[in-house]
Amino acid sequence: MDIKMVNLTKIFTSKNRKEVQAVSHVDLTIPSGKLIGLLGPSGCGKSTTLYLIAGLLKQNEGQIFFGDDEVSEMPPEKRGIGLVFQNYALYPHFTVRENILFPLQNLHVPKEEAKTRTYDMAKLVGLEEMLDRKPKELSGGQQQRVAIARALVKKPRVLLLDEPLSNLDARLRLQTREEIKRIQRETGITTVFVTHDQEEAMSISDEIVVMKDGVIQQMGQPQDVYDHPDNLFVAKFLGSPQINVFDSTIEAGKVLIDGMAIGATELPDQKVIIGIRPEGLQVDKTKTSPFKFEIDLVETIGRDTTLIIEVTSEESTLLDKKTFKAIVDAENRIKPKDVIHFVVKPEKMHIFGLDGNRL
Amino acid sequence: METKNNWKAWLYLAPMLLLMSVFTFYPLINAFIISFYKGFRPLQNSIEGFTLLGNYLLILRNPLFWNAMKNTFVIAFISVPVSIFLSLAIAVGLKSIPKLNKFFQTIFFLPYVTNSIAVGMAFAVMFHKNYGLINAILERLGFAGRIDWIGGTSSWWTQMVALLIFTVWESLAFKILVFTSGMQNIDKQYYDAAKIDSASKWTVFRRITVPLLSPIILYISITSMIGALKAYNSVIGLFGIKLGNPSNSMITIVAFVYKYRAELASPGYYSYAAASAIILFIITVVFSLIQGVVSKKRVHY
Repeated sequence: MDIKMVNLTKIFTSKNRKEVQAVSHVDLTIPSGKLIGLLGPSGCGKSTTLYLIAGLLKQNEGQIFFGDDEVSEMPPEKRGIGLVFQNYALYPHFTVRENILFPLQNLHVPKEEAKTRTYDMAKLVGLEEMLDRKPKELSGGQQQRVAIARALVKKPRVLLLDEPLSNLDARLRLQTREEIKRIQRETGITTVFVTHDQEEAMSISDEIVVMKDGVIQQMGQPQDVYDHPDNLFVAKFLGSPQINVFDSTIEAGKVLIDGMAIGATELPDQKVIIGIRPEGLQVDKTKTSPFKFEIDLVETIGRDTTLIIEVTSEESTLLDKKTFKAIVDAENRIKPKDVIHFVVKPEKMHIFGLDGNRL
Repeated sequence: METKNNWKAWLYLAPMLLLMSVFTFYPLINAFIISFYKGFRPLQNSIEGFTLLGNYLLILRNPLFWNAMKNTFVIAFISVPVSIFLSLAIAVGLKSIPKLNKFFQTIFFLPYVTNSIAVGMAFAVMFHKNYGLINAILERLGFAGRIDWIGGTSSWWTQMVALLIFTVWESLAFKILVFTSGMQNIDKQYYDAAKIDSASKWTVFRRITVPLLSPIILYISITSMIGALKAYNSVIGLFGIKLGNPSNSMITIVAFVYKYRAELASPGYYSYAAASAIILFIITVVFSLIQGVVSKKRVHY
């Protein structure tokens, strides 16, 4: 069952009566059975969107549909959703079993059936041995899985996850995100997943939705969004290390940074902003490219090497930062102080207008 | 290092220990000793000897003491649960009206800062047979016969009902305050989670609010049980020094202690008072221990 949001708007009024549009005229359709990552920096409205879908917050404008069923005015308990909270919100005085059983008791599921469903769900998340423990006797990852089991046991139409991995350590995070992916596949439930971690979103989502200031910036399959960012914000938000951004000009079909031609385009002459992914910079072994720099730092991780170039000049065309980065093959064996000529892979170079939108 | 810390600890504890020694430990031990005196005359400071259980046995044979026991226990066992339940309900109710919350909190707290003797006199007027508010309301509701609640022709039952209403009302304020602040400490996420889990309001109250509030409920039930076993002000406030109609019909244990303690001229009465105070002390300790043990299984920290 898909989730459709039409012109969804949520306004918060702060204490000094200032109004903030946390979610602003969002039109979004989440396809049935897919795992969608809702991605954006803190305060972009992604969690608010999730709580609007859940019904814990009420929209000021717009509608929400689950399939053909309008749920805009429905209280959360009627919507048939499962929600996993950021801090899990497991009832501390209940055992794992009681926590998972609780929604079923409220829905008056017959005792025997509730018992088997609780056990099956605990098994799905791999906690059938822990049913009689209290939440505080479990590790963070186990608590997380109890929360997922509690959300799923009532067979909801939609599963919502609010920053579900942010309280876990790095290793557990990797493991749990695979677990979430597996559970989602096995149950085939439409799932919305909120996160500020682009890597996390890209690695497990079927599609990602990038948000900023309550407005959807772009939606699509992770690789598509990464390869074709619609605007500078999306380009910068996805990818680690971050994309390198330069002030530049187009003259007679050539893209120029500081007068150095780095690529060709069919766009007319104008001032533009150029984004180059770090992996889009390749070492020019012929040393003919005009795009050359002295390397300041080299970070080696074995598989590849990150070259860091510090830009100290006041008139630098590099935007936002003091350094830019290139990721190159380790076989180049580059040392600091080497002067390297770069060529730019055309598909890794993105041209944006001065307003930040893709040209 | 350790001895130094100990030395400091004692220094910090000293003022409290000193005060407690003078006003708690010494009187307690002294009362214990006095309860073993025979024919004690406090004014002359003379005794006729010692007795181990003589004073206690005299008290236990005194029908007035059993009347005091009955009244005290009725007050404790009815007013404590009723007031806890009512104040919990009011605190939950207050939570669901966030706009008027502060206003009503203030109103409900007023009884706590008013003198209970004065409030008792106001209640005495309210319960008056001929011009009391209670009978006026009852008449409006169609109950024709005026009830003499606390006057010259009143019975033990009507007096006890009036006393219980007064006691419950008086003790609500503090409980509401404590429960309200206790509820503010419950993470809002549990209530959001309960909504998602389709829990009804009653289920949320019974299975989430009450268990998460249970340490506070335990604290309140122990302190108010102790308070109720020491009931005295309310009786004086409502019935005056006659302590009910007929005299002493509404007497409590503390009132019993005071009554005998006041008869300084009669030899031995001071020891009765001491002995009955010790009995009350033992009852209080026993109840607190029972509550502590019983609740260990039901309180979730």
